[in-house]
Amino acid sequence: MTDYNHAKIILEAKKLEAWFGDFQAVKGITVDYREKTINAIIGPSGCGKSTYLRCLNRIHEEIEGARTAGEVLLEGENIYDKKVDVVDVRRRIGMVFQKPNPFPSMSILDNVVIGLRLQGISKRSTLLETAESCLRKAALWDEVKDKLSSMGTSLSGGQQQRLCIARALAVNPPVLLMDEPTSALDPIATAKIEELMNEIKKDYTVIIVTHNMQQAARISDFTSFFHYGNMVEHGMSSNIFTNPKEKSTEDYISGRFG
Amino acid sequence: MIKLKSKTQDALLFYILRTIAVVVIALLLGIIFVLLHSAWPSIKANGLSFLLRKEWNPVEDNYGALPFIFGTLITSFIALLIATPVSILIALFITEYLPKSFSRIISLLVEMVAAIPSIVFGLWGIFYLAPFVKNTLAPFLKLHFGFIPLFQGPSFGIGILTASLILSIMIVPTISSICRSIFELVPAHQKEASYALGSTKYEMIKLAIISPSLSGISSAVVLGLGRALGETMAVTMLIGNTPLISTSVFAPAATMASVMANEYADANTPLHVSSLCYLALILFLVTFLANLFAKSIVKSFSRG
Repeated sequence: MTDYNHAKIILEAKKLEAWFGDFQAVKGITVDYREKTINAIIGPSGCGKSTYLRCLNRIHEEIEGARTAGEVLLEGENIYDKKVDVVDVRRRIGMVFQKPNPFPSMSILDNVVIGLRLQGISKRSTLLETAESCLRKAALWDEVKDKLSSMGTSLSGGQQQRLCIARALAVNPPVLLMDEPTSALDPIATAKIEELMNEIKKDYTVIIVTHNMQQAARISDFTSFFHYGNMVEHGMSSNIFTNPKEKSTEDYISGRFG
Repeated sequence: MIKLKSKTQDALLFYILRTIAVVVIALLLGIIFVLLHSAWPSIKANGLSFLLRKEWNPVEDNYGALPFIFGTLITSFIALLIATPVSILIALFITEYLPKSFSRIISLLVEMVAAIPSIVFGLWGIFYLAPFVKNTLAPFLKLHFGFIPLFQGPSFGIGILTASLILSIMIVPTISSICRSIFELVPAHQKEASYALGSTKYEMIKLAIISPSLSGISSAVVLGLGRALGETMAVTMLIGNTPLISTSVFAPAATMASVMANEYADANTPLHVSSLCYLALILFLVTFLANLFAKSIVKSFSRG
């Protein structure tokens, strides 16, 4: 494993808490993420890992009755500050969801560049260039280059998810959040996405929630273990998976619960 | 023994259901037959030119349907023009802005508008809407948009505009409740996909809600049109019942439904009765086609 201690810290959570109504799903998480690393979050179902991830780009607050407390610093700036525009936050922190969700009324090309269009970029050559480079990064270009105008939803599930990755990359966010991006996919599609993660890592910082511990061990540089809304342990993945400090981490990764 | 009993029960149920289905279809065919039969003298006498002739003169026994076709289409069209955006906005407000606990009450109230009897709308129209149009709305439109022929000429309160306004209020519940159920079908992950790309709420609504719902919205509009075309009582009370084709929305007019309601009781000559039935047949065909069209849109919508 590479030494990341000198890499710049790009995103930090400080005492981050989240609620659904009266239920507290995330109970005070403090952690930092270094630039151009892959960070996995593992833990049993209902441990608050997805909710936590959804707080990092402020999409949690779109749910009725949801609220948060604490801070998230993106390059030193608190994204929960009243002066910060949430739209701007989400452009700088992209997200890929559990279920592939291309826009059903749009072509493959339109799906990839919609983020740019939302920013007012309409020059066709710019859009095409970005679409190609992002589809290449998402390892989808060769499969769709001849049918960019067909519907995004005509692709297979795995292709759709890579389309969604390309769509998220198109706005060029320094941080990319992934919420169990392969849980709805078959092993071959999963392998493809894991492969492209190494490419993405060259330019982006990835925080990925996953149910699949092998996946976390294979692709991530750092891993956090969540349990009951708390972060039990955080560290280099090589340490977490071979030599966990906490008993519950060890129990979980050795398959004793979860 | 038990087996036999359950068999007869099933057979009985099947026959009852089949009879009911057959009766409903027979009724539909029967209505079409009776309409055709009673309209036949007029169809024979007037032919298809009935659709294009402007005179409607029972005294001279001379009948043309164009003023009524015009009246029906123009009032329905203006009503849709007003009701469609209003309904979409109501549906968006209910689904996207109101908290869940509130949205149920509000959508119930909106749908209650559909439960108000047509005649009550008509009375309200005569006592409130017609004076409002005459004293406030028409002068305002004349002052600011008077250069357009649509808004020229005197306003007596009752006329095309007033009838269209009442129609638009009557079809808002139909269109908005269908739009609401379409918008509720938009999965949360689509909205989140839009938010995650950095869209404002307005952009999210455009991207994740309106654009995939377009065909559904159009079918809602066509179903609203179906209701507007056939609406009789309130329109009859407010349109002025004059078989005129006018360029001004302040002018009185008549619709196919309103002339039938007005004249059927007093129709003396066989040709007059038959011509009214001819109008009924045309109205029936138009609403039938509108509903068929709406259904086909819904079908293609639900397929993908």
